[in-house]
Amino acid sequence: MSATVMLSAEQRKQSRNTGVTLIILGVISAVFFTQDGGSAGFGLTEGFTLNLSSQRFAQVLAVALVGAGAFQLYRGFGRLMNVFLATGTALFVISFLAWSASGESFNFTGMLQDTVARSVPITLGAVAGILCERSGVINIAIEGQLLFAAFTGSIVGSILNPWFGIVGAVASGVALGGLLGVLAIKYQVDQVIVGFAINFLSLGVTSFVGQRVLVTKPEYNYLTPFRPIDVPLLSDIPVIGPSMFEQNLFVYFSYVVVAATTWWMYRTRWGLRTRAIGEYPKAAGSLGVDVLKLRYRNLLIGGAVAGLGGAWWPVGAVGRFDENITGGRGFIALAAVIFGRWHPVGAFIAALVFTLAEAVRLKLGNLDTGIPSEFLLSAPYFVTLVVVAGFVGRSRAPKSVGQPYTEQ
Amino acid sequence: MRLDLVDITKSFPGVLANDRVSLNVSSGEVLALIGENGAGKSTLMNVLYGMYRPDSGEIRIDGQPTTFQSAADAIAAGIGMVHQHFMLVPVFSVAENVVLGVEPTGALGSLDIAKARQMVKEVSDKYHLDLDPDALIENLPVGIQQRVEIVKVLLRDAKVVVFDEPTAVLTPSEILEFFEIVKSLVDAGKGVVFITHKLKEALHIADRIAVLRRGTVVGETTPTQADENKIAEMMVGRPVQLVVSKNSAQPGEEVLSVSDLTVLDPDGRTVVDDISFAVRRGEIVGIAGVQGNGQTELVETLTGLRAANNGSVRLGGDDITVASPRLRHEMGMAHIPEDRQRQGLVVGMSIAQNLVLTRYHSPEFSNGVSMDWGKVHDVSEELVKNYDVRTNDVDNLASTLSGGNQQKVIVARELSRDLRLAVASQPTRGVDVGSIEYIHSQIVKERDAGTAVLIVSTELDEVMALSDRILVMYRGKIVAEVDPKKTSAMDIGLYMAGSKPQGVAS
Repeated sequence: MSATVMLSAEQRKQSRNTGVTLIILGVISAVFFTQDGGSAGFGLTEGFTLNLSSQRFAQVLAVALVGAGAFQLYRGFGRLMNVFLATGTALFVISFLAWSASGESFNFTGMLQDTVARSVPITLGAVAGILCERSGVINIAIEGQLLFAAFTGSIVGSILNPWFGIVGAVASGVALGGLLGVLAIKYQVDQVIVGFAINFLSLGVTSFVGQRVLVTKPEYNYLTPFRPIDVPLLSDIPVIGPSMFEQNLFVYFSYVVVAATTWWMYRTRWGLRTRAIGEYPKAAGSLGVDVLKLRYRNLLIGGAVAGLGGAWWPVGAVGRFDENITGGRGFIALAAVIFGRWHPVGAFIAALVFTLAEAVRLKLGNLDTGIPSEFLLSAPYFVTLVVVAGFVGRSRAPKSVGQPYTEQ
Repeated sequence: MRLDLVDITKSFPGVLANDRVSLNVSSGEVLALIGENGAGKSTLMNVLYGMYRPDSGEIRIDGQPTTFQSAADAIAAGIGMVHQHFMLVPVFSVAENVVLGVEPTGALGSLDIAKARQMVKEVSDKYHLDLDPDALIENLPVGIQQRVEIVKVLLRDAKVVVFDEPTAVLTPSEILEFFEIVKSLVDAGKGVVFITHKLKEALHIADRIAVLRRGTVVGETTPTQADENKIAEMMVGRPVQLVVSKNSAQPGEEVLSVSDLTVLDPDGRTVVDDISFAVRRGEIVGIAGVQGNGQTELVETLTGLRAANNGSVRLGGDDITVASPRLRHEMGMAHIPEDRQRQGLVVGMSIAQNLVLTRYHSPEFSNGVSMDWGKVHDVSEELVKNYDVRTNDVDNLASTLSGGNQQKVIVARELSRDLRLAVASQPTRGVDVGSIEYIHSQIVKERDAGTAVLIVSTELDEVMALSDRILVMYRGKIVAEVDPKKTSAMDIGLYMAGSKPQGVAS
């Protein structure tokens, strides 16, 4: 039976949740953020700081959010629902910052810059996941791929130079992608189990070697990370320029990877075939497409992208490897795949949302707000959970993801 | 082009699927390949399409021996296949599906979707298929999806087009349109292989008919030389009664009465939409409809496997809307489910165990804690004999039986007791002609014994042959009630497609 035009129960639930969320945000804003009468300074550019009265802002926002929420429940914004939700949430975050920073000033643009920089491994991890899952293979091993790549990247980069570090990291990502492929495609082991096995393998090997070797030979774990490079013209745009275009090469890599993958996936033969084998591999197989080969190819390319993401830690950020340095970013990348609805641009936006939560946490740590630090530490994971459980609803995964393909 | 299959033999562990099969088809003719389920039709076509490699024998194209390593080779050799289960990606557009594998590309390997659209348009116009290249497959009715499959094949320059059970999913009017398309293919010089188990269709469309039984070609004939009975006899190996013989019904009081029944699926879509009807003692009511119009959900609700969102179901005056399946069963309701492997049987258990699935807990078979397996065995032997299940041991696994015999096990279990209502869904799907004959006769016997019978089938011929009254379901509603003796299959087909026959007031 063809789908009816009416909203499904799922959509209705999502629509209702959105309305309720807007109202809850409004109420929180009214109850808490109007408490403090001081004004907060948002440093936007070097010479300009926006002073915001946290109380006044919260009052106006509370009214607006409750109004929007009520409208959503009563009539519904329809297609604009997510735009309103995103705007509302962003303003709520600003109100929260204004309240926390009340009476002080902080570098708002710097925080955004930090957000973009930290989104790199999550974005690249998510794109790796998309490459695999679009072709029908679940990749739970993103965390392990990132971790192993960070480890390899640091050692190779320290011994040779940072560029070789990237090459080494990419190679290790490809190797783990190949391992995933052999186990999942050839031997048809349950893909979730394989993914976890690879994660534990990576954690075990890198921690062990790290403790045994890198501790005694620190020169194998020390390199100079990339410096930021300003993009001419673009970096002069206020707020956005410094946030997005005064970054190091890794950030630009991630832009290129997101753009290239999007083009690849939706505008090329390879992309069409990839999406076909993730949805209905038999259809592609009956037309002479080599399903298994294409899945391998996607896993290897995905591994390379994850490897590049892993290289971010030693080469793009901290200049060394620490035990479990990825700290679950690979799992957040997995959430970004779903939140971004298996689209590279969606995953990029999702990664920014998750890292914004982290950047806010870091800022608040400096501001000394009295919010327990344990709570702040859990912020990115908490946001991930809420976003995936609450708002994604049932987004449509590639239909055949996780199912092994057997040629007859 | 002339395609020859010569002495093709293909075996799987324990099964000789094709035994020295020889067939040929030339440009401009239709060869119907007819045979029961399990006769080896699918295996043969998979060999032809490069999916299986034959153990021996060869494929010749215009006399030249060829071997196919994969589907790609077969396509390149000019063989096109329209599979029974469409090989279409539901979330892709028509154009994307059609060009998959032979994508036109522009600069840097980018997909030239404008060209793809153009290609679809050309083929579609040439054969009057009337396709919109940008429509998404999942929004198209199956009849149109089948045309997409045909365009796919034509675009790859197929000289011989194989259709695997092409009419199974079509409404009667779509079937007529399909035959028109086949004719235009033949006129354009294509060879057509038409695989089916429907005798009428083979006689209607084919130039030659080859009959396959147990992996071998048992004969070849033409529509002018043979009729339905003759072909059925060739398929089964003995004379078969194709028409259900029954006297007119003697309906008594209402047994099942359904009022205002509404059922939603988990996505909140209405799948059964405010239905009311009754089935009386001693009559067979058939529900006709194209698959996916709410019949499955209706049956599941009647038998207690799915909750009703509104309305009521009464059995002999008692409200059973919320009764458990076991209670319904104990009240005299039998259920022959549509999917015998998943719902009708536990194929990993023995025939005997399957035969007592509905009453193993009764004192007859169990005393307190332990089962009386000896009794189960004896009762099963009896049932197997009475219901003509072909097996040499009731302790064999149910999975070892053929489809027809599996279905007889279910029929034996469900009908071998005093009943008030029997609900049978697709009672003969995938069952051989011989077993169909038997199962139909059992259902009629049950009616004559005073049971109310509800038959749900997507095979219109079956509904028409068995039913005393027919209800047509379309998009969850009952859109018509007709008398099978006074209504033509064509008119019922129109109701099934959601329209009305001419001359019927709305």
